Amino acid sequence: MSSSIEKEIRRKTIVSLIIFFLMLGSGFVGWKWLYHQPLDGGIRGGIQEPLRKVLNANEKIFSSGFDSSKLVKEYPKSAASKKPRVNGDVGLSEDFFDATEWKLVVIKATGDTLFVTLDEIKKLPKIDVVHNFKCIEGWSQITWWSGVRFSDFVKHFGLTNETNLNYVGMMTPDEEYYVGIDMPSALHPQTILCYELNGEPLPMKQGYPLRLIIPVKYGVKSIKRIGTMYFDNDKPADYWAERGYDYYIGL
Amino acid sequence: MQKKIVQKHKLATRWFHWINVPLITIMIWSGILIYWANDVYEIKLFGAKLFKFFPEPVYDVLNAQYRLADGMAWHFACMWLFTLNGVLYVLYTAISGEWRQLLPNKNSFKEAWQVLLHDLHIRKAKPIQTKYNGAQRIAYTSIIMMGFGSIVTGIAIYKPVQFGWLCWLCGGYEAARLEHFILTVGYVLFFIIHLVQVVLAGWNNFRGMVAGFEVITTAPPSPEVEHSTVTDIQS
Repeated sequence: MSSSIEKEIRRKTIVSLIIFFLMLGSGFVGWKWLYHQPLDGGIRGGIQEPLRKVLNANEKIFSSGFDSSKLVKEYPKSAASKKPRVNGDVGLSEDFFDATEWKLVVIKATGDTLFVTLDEIKKLPKIDVVHNFKCIEGWSQITWWSGVRFSDFVKHFGLTNETNLNYVGMMTPDEEYYVGIDMPSALHPQTILCYELNGEPLPMKQGYPLRLIIPVKYGVKSIKRIGTMYFDNDKPADYWAERGYDYYIGL
Repeated sequence: MQKKIVQKHKLATRWFHWINVPLITIMIWSGILIYWANDVYEIKLFGAKLFKFFPEPVYDVLNAQYRLADGMAWHFACMWLFTLNGVLYVLYTAISGEWRQLLPNKNSFKEAWQVLLHDLHIRKAKPIQTKYNGAQRIAYTSIIMMGFGSIVTGIAIYKPVQFGWLCWLCGGYEAARLEHFILTVGYVLFFIIHLVQVVLAGWNNFRGMVAGFEVITTAPPSPEVEHSTVTDIQS
């Protein structure tokens, strides 16, 4: 009897161990498989295509739950940093930029082009946003920005038809940096076309003369020195999404 | 001596347990890729830097430099599996009644102290081992609460505006990031102790978590022995 129970113990143990190692092994093989899937960014690298699908599914979940009445926490102006961090200078070359000539180029859905000067923008109601600016790298900083609400801007310049499209795209004058933003986030009441930092005109390195500040996204979407703005139902090109980052990055 | 096969851990328990090996490995690995982009945490004592998270060689070994996008993609894909596994496990223990063996009770803390003293070879007497002793009940409940904490602090960092109240609950955005990090360090410490304990507990115990059964050896009843000896049952 004793030997039959020994056999039984041995058999059950071996079968279990085989299944155990098969599962651990298949987990490892599965991870390797996923790891070596083609990247979606072409020459820029990007991320594995199946992972991109998950990020896009996450976007569907969180954009459908997006509540534009939820405001980003605001702080007193005195809490704002005197030395706002400068991160990244892609798109800020002087090649295609002349400060005296600058006009915002708005491409309408009809294909017509609108040229808007900084003075025209400054005539709209000025909004202060003092919030904890969040970088995708993981740091954050309380900063004070001023400008006009994107939603006021589109209303004033007759772009309400355009806001029925899914996305707004923005590019720097040299077209080196570009972002795409879903319309509900762009129309959020704290999304501003910003021309002042700490009550002063934007410094060159912060995107003079006009940049975007969109507190419901990571800082990478707050494009500096907007040259061109356009509208589309499909996702506009996005500099960092092409390099493997999530397109939506809604906070 | 008689041997007996006794069922110990259900298949569901074992599944919920082992799936964590690849899952948490991926979560910690991808977390380090993310953390690298802003690796500001360090342990200081009286202004002197004791330890920086992490020393460069750690990043070198893991090839973790300039891989923030990678890390985020893996982290935000596998977070669902981590959460799902945790939720299913808690539901399972609640419905199956196994929570009765897992949640600490009023004796657990005293018992855990005795286990600790015994394990450190301070106290000779071996504490009574049921399926889970007091120390295990506390540890296995804590690790679930830590998992819950990781999800809460994780959401607070991931969607600090849409889940602003969670972010507030964590003490703010930067506090949530630090808490998320500390919890992960906690997992690693838990894992080290867990591994040592499993090795010390021996093969029969380990097999219980893989195969589900353990072998209990009992001495045949003998009239010569006046005081029946309790056979050491490892679990």
